Amino acid sequence: MGILEVKGVNKRFGGLRALSDVNLSVQQNTCHAIIGPNGAGKSTLLNCLVGKLIPDTGSVLFDGQSVLGRKPHEINQMGISRVFQTPEIFAELTVLENVLIPCFAKRDGAYRLHAFETVAAERDINAQAEQMLRDVKMWEKRDMHAGSLSRGDKRRLEMAMCLSQRPKLLLLDEPTAGMARADTNNTIDLLKEIKGRGDITMVIIEHDMHVVFSLADRITVLAQGTPLVEDTPDNIKGHPKVKEAYLGEAAH
Amino acid sequence: MLGLGKKDLTFLLIVLLLTLAAPILLNPFAEGSAMAQFNAGYPDLMQRIAIFAIFAVGFNILFGLTGYLSFGHAAFIGIGSYAMVWMLKLLTMNILPGLILATLMGGAFALLIGFVSLRRSGIYFSILTLAFAQMSFNMAYSVLTPITGGENGLGPALGDPRVLDAAAANGTIPEVNLFGLSMRATYELDLAGRVFQFNAGYYVCGLLSVFMFYLALRLFRSPFGMMLRAIKCNQHRLNYTGLHSRPYMLSAFVISGMYAGLAGGLMAAMDPLAGADRMQWQASGEVVLMVILGGVGTMLGPVLGAGFIKYCENIFSKINDHVLHEWFSIFPKWLENLLVTIVHPFVGQGWHLTLGVLFMLVVIFLPGGLIEGGQRIGRLIRRKPDAKGKAAATTPAE
Repeated sequence: MGILEVKGVNKRFGGLRALSDVNLSVQQNTCHAIIGPNGAGKSTLLNCLVGKLIPDTGSVLFDGQSVLGRKPHEINQMGISRVFQTPEIFAELTVLENVLIPCFAKRDGAYRLHAFETVAAERDINAQAEQMLRDVKMWEKRDMHAGSLSRGDKRRLEMAMCLSQRPKLLLLDEPTAGMARADTNNTIDLLKEIKGRGDITMVIIEHDMHVVFSLADRITVLAQGTPLVEDTPDNIKGHPKVKEAYLGEAAH
Repeated sequence: MLGLGKKDLTFLLIVLLLTLAAPILLNPFAEGSAMAQFNAGYPDLMQRIAIFAIFAVGFNILFGLTGYLSFGHAAFIGIGSYAMVWMLKLLTMNILPGLILATLMGGAFALLIGFVSLRRSGIYFSILTLAFAQMSFNMAYSVLTPITGGENGLGPALGDPRVLDAAAANGTIPEVNLFGLSMRATYELDLAGRVFQFNAGYYVCGLLSVFMFYLALRLFRSPFGMMLRAIKCNQHRLNYTGLHSRPYMLSAFVISGMYAGLAGGLMAAMDPLAGADRMQWQASGEVVLMVILGGVGTMLGPVLGAGFIKYCENIFSKINDHVLHEWFSIFPKWLENLLVTIVHPFVGQGWHLTLGVLFMLVVIFLPGGLIEGGQRIGRLIRRKPDAKGKAAATTPAE
């Protein structure tokens, strides 16, 4: 049994069937990519995993527990972190503060009235955040306002925020969208390094096949809300059904 | 020391010194001179500035950090005042129990109102808090008259039990005090033609406001304060980072409610009469003005805003046509009359017009409030020595 088990998930938006009967099993400490053309339901599926959407039917189990009906912060506290399609960061806070917040959330839980402690006095947390920022090569930018970063840097910061929580499962929604080639390669290197530590499971949605084939252990191809095939990257590359889904050859 | 960095500690010490020396600093003009009416160093005004500083600093914890604009904080002022007066009536004329109860009651009501109002954000949150405050006002004014004194207000009376105090000897209401130190006790120092008044009530208010300022400073520097600022930036991200924003918001609301409750208690302690009009929406709006005028989200801004508005209110409203004629008497009669006619709407009863104009000017030209004005002036002065213009200082507002 995988760390993430999606079984028979259906989701409708009015007349549109966004997901129909999706089954997915993600093994622990692997990187599982979900690819598919626009409108295939990739983001909908991801939203079902983090509690933003609740499927009409079906179940989503993480680590043996259902995530359905839980609030986003509860799901995060279970060990799932998410990188968004457009970077979601705290624009008016400094880069360092952006990373400190998830570190506090990891240590103190969803709520704690630590109104009379001082951020600067929390040595462990500060050291943790510093290490994380050095890992993503952003330590020099720690005092900048996060909102003034370049798009690529915002992405990396968001990734750093997620990783600083040492999540069991990292969900990446197009992590290299809008990045320059060099930034994309940096991101791939970073993700490879994290993967190499062998203690994290990743689910990645991506259009850039270069990224997918560099990272993924398994790939699921989604088309029109249903999984078309699931296989290793090598087998997916030449798969006729995949070509069809992407290029529309002989479709309809 | 005190859990503060070196810079913050210096900052706090300066605030403390200014508070202690206020009776001298605010009385720069000689008694009887033409400028004497601009003196602010009399107990009543200084008390009010200190009390409203507490109110504004607390309000800023909610509005400045989280960006949630409450239009109902005057309700907590009113509740604090009633709690205080009831303690004065039932327990003792010592203000300590009253201050504690006022703070707690402010917090308790904030918990209730906040729990409901925080289900919505933005304008809906503001409207909900406003509705609650107006409800409290109307109830205090009508149905709850047995508790609040209704239209007449609530004050200590001769027949009150005051179980902790010894029976009043001479048939008068004992004075409001703190462990025997009367709040009215004033030491007057006659020096260089100026009368400096060191009033016990002012020092109670002033020292308490410094203490509350210190607590707010700690909160601003704490992880909790950082979470509140994160709510203002991106609540969505905060939730996906594993933090539950609702209890954070509610805590901030309750803390600011406790500040308001304490301020209300102090108001009633300085002038032991609590009326329902303290809860009216104008009072809630006033604190918003103070915080915006001073500088939202800064430490010192709300204090400056409170001081500025209370000072103007007192000074401008005292100037009447008679004073104006005196000022302009050096001009020919027709010009004197013309000038008086022009200035008249801005002073006395019309001082709100002055406040309105000033508020507009600040919001348009200094969105960061008086604090930003100070910073700009500071930058101008600093820029002069090196003409290269390296003045792009990015230090956050203090």
